[in-house]
Amino acid sequence: MTQTGLWLIMLLPLICGALIALGYAFFCRKPAISGYLGIAGVGGSFLISIWGLIGLLGKEGASYYAPGFSWFAVGNSIDISFNLSFDPLAAIMCFVILFVSLMVHIYSQGYMHGDKGYPRYYAFLSFFTASMLGLVLSDNLLFTFFFWELVGLASYLLIGFWFTRPAAANAAKKAFIVTRIGDVGFLAAIIILFANTGTLDIHSLNGMAEMGLIGAGVVTIAALGIFAGAVGKSAQFPLHVWLPDAMEGPTPVSALIHAATMVAAGVFLVARTYPIFESSATAMLWVSIIGAVTAIFAATMALVMNDMKRILAYSTVSQLGYMMLGLGTGGIAIGIFHLFNHAFFKSLLFLGSGSVNHATGTFDIREMGGLSKPMPVTSGTFLIASLSLAGIWPLSGFFSKDEILAGAMDGQSILFILALITVFLTAFYMFRLYFVAFGGTYRGKGNPHESPRVMSWPLLILVVPSVISGLLNAGGGFSSFLGEEVHTGFFEGLFGILLHPLALVSLAVAGGGIYLAFLMYKKKSLSPAIFTERFKGLYMVFSKKYWMDELYEGAIAKNILMKGVFAFMAFFDRKVVDGGINGFFIQKVLFSRLFSRFRTADERIVDGAVNGVASITLEGGKVGRKAQTGQLQSYGIYLAAGVVVLVMAALIIW
Amino acid sequence: MGLTHFLVLAVILFCIGLYGALVKKSAVVILMCIEIMLNAVTIAAVAFNRFASPELFTGQIFTLFIIAVAAAEATIGLAIIISIYKNRDTIDATKIDLMKW
Repeated sequence: MTQTGLWLIMLLPLICGALIALGYAFFCRKPAISGYLGIAGVGGSFLISIWGLIGLLGKEGASYYAPGFSWFAVGNSIDISFNLSFDPLAAIMCFVILFVSLMVHIYSQGYMHGDKGYPRYYAFLSFFTASMLGLVLSDNLLFTFFFWELVGLASYLLIGFWFTRPAAANAAKKAFIVTRIGDVGFLAAIIILFANTGTLDIHSLNGMAEMGLIGAGVVTIAALGIFAGAVGKSAQFPLHVWLPDAMEGPTPVSALIHAATMVAAGVFLVARTYPIFESSATAMLWVSIIGAVTAIFAATMALVMNDMKRILAYSTVSQLGYMMLGLGTGGIAIGIFHLFNHAFFKSLLFLGSGSVNHATGTFDIREMGGLSKPMPVTSGTFLIASLSLAGIWPLSGFFSKDEILAGAMDGQSILFILALITVFLTAFYMFRLYFVAFGGTYRGKGNPHESPRVMSWPLLILVVPSVISGLLNAGGGFSSFLGEEVHTGFFEGLFGILLHPLALVSLAVAGGGIYLAFLMYKKKSLSPAIFTERFKGLYMVFSKKYWMDELYEGAIAKNILMKGVFAFMAFFDRKVVDGGINGFFIQKVLFSRLFSRFRTADERIVDGAVNGVASITLEGGKVGRKAQTGQLQSYGIYLAAGVVVLVMAALIIW
Repeated sequence: MGLTHFLVLAVILFCIGLYGALVKKSAVVILMCIEIMLNAVTIAAVAFNRFASPELFTGQIFTLFIIAVAAAEATIGLAIIISIYKNRDTIDATKIDLMKW
């Protein structure tokens, strides 16, 4: 792949997005063209990235590099430049981003059909894709941060796409603010790394960390800071609260941004700076702990939700926790492999839920039911994706989940147990969703029908990677592409894995979850009501989302910040600052000490003169105040005219 | 490209900003125009630094100050606009005439 090609990967979607934005008035009249333009940009860039990916296959440690431009240089030591680097990790991410983005672009033609903001939607979507590509291709941590914020902005714009709905506007704000808390950590880590190493080039930073050239304390703080950014962006505990609310955006957006790509950026960032994490045992332990806790924590909340997209959202949070656990206990390849597989089946699930919404007009699974008959394509693809997510052999989810479990088993046993319970919960909530929404009889209004072909084809295409992408690492090919040597025969990896006790245990646990869901929601031999009755306390905790929202909004935002910090500041401002100046300074200092000495002289000589002047001023003011129109801008004009006169005078005199 | 090019750019930007600040009605747009004027000044400062005394960093340092001050100014300006909007239900600069005699 040439350097131009590498630049085009990022620039094509950006150019198309910019074209749509610039020709907005035109595209409002002909919205379909803006959709085609977006698809063309992403499709072209997808083809180039495949070309690059093929070029990298089978070559050890190969990567493409495209020099860009120097942004700024101060002296000889600081030089911040923007270059693109296309290494195996970036290649995999590009493939995932562009593949899912292309499917979402195509699907949205059906889903967003007739929406007033259609061209705006495509402009945002292309802008997001370009920013996400910039994030994975950048070789400088500072530019990574810029694109990191740009995808955050794109996410904000798209969550709040229907901004006239207060829920969407609030969700967008929440997503932006909550992720920003983590970003402060990321920025701090960048500054710390720069102060200690003098470079922000990711590859040299990684090299320095590998050779142990960065101090132990610095490396730990930097790794934890970067991880804080990842926690915010990847919706890990305790900053996960924004992701379920982000479901207010259009469903294809949830599939692209809040399931497959942007939320995985945190996982990508940890993988990108992995040597920094590896040099610090503390940081690795925190990554694993936060990952495992998030995985089970989010899975429990997914058990009790009734909104289809929210179940999927909590499932995404849980699976992202899995990826973090994989990174913390295993290695880059394990975490990224789960990211890769998850992107396909989770975006398929989201697009499927969008298709259901298109047919029924609701996301509430209690108002669905019996959809497998009228919607065979949607329900069939949904079932396959659910099986994959639950981790059933030989679908893709099984392989990556098994690797994460194996990694966790080598580490802390408590993390392994949490991960195994999560497998059970995952299988249960996915099949609760499947049986309630697609099984039984229809309980909603109207006649649901299969979605148009432009929506069902992307589902069918996404089924392919959801089924087979797990096989990529059956022989260790995916891991060795990322530079980790694993040698297993393909068929041994595919079938031999069934003889491992761990795989059997995880399959049995997942099967148990599915069977329980089957008994409760399909066969109805066990009543869910009995369970909610018996575990009333737990049910309450789960369905109230552990009161995390109340904690953040009520306790922290309203009480600590508004009533505490801000009220104190207001008090300080009013009483101490204002009061100090007015009361103390003017009255005590000026009046009593200074003025009393001059009082006598003042009253006789000055007063007489002042009174005279004052009455003249008063009379003059009555005339002069007419010039004070109160119009700020007319004052501005006098000011500007005065400057012009002065400049002219200066020019004439000199 | 010489100093003149940058100065002409700075002048053009400054005039655009000044024009907007003097004739636009919306207080937010006026604030944006003020930012444009500040940016024109920073361009001039950096250009002078580069062409007149490249061995010193005075112009760059001043630019950083201006950026920091501009950020503070935007914050305060927006806060004032928001509270004016809350009190008077408008951000039309021609209707905000509290300073009138």
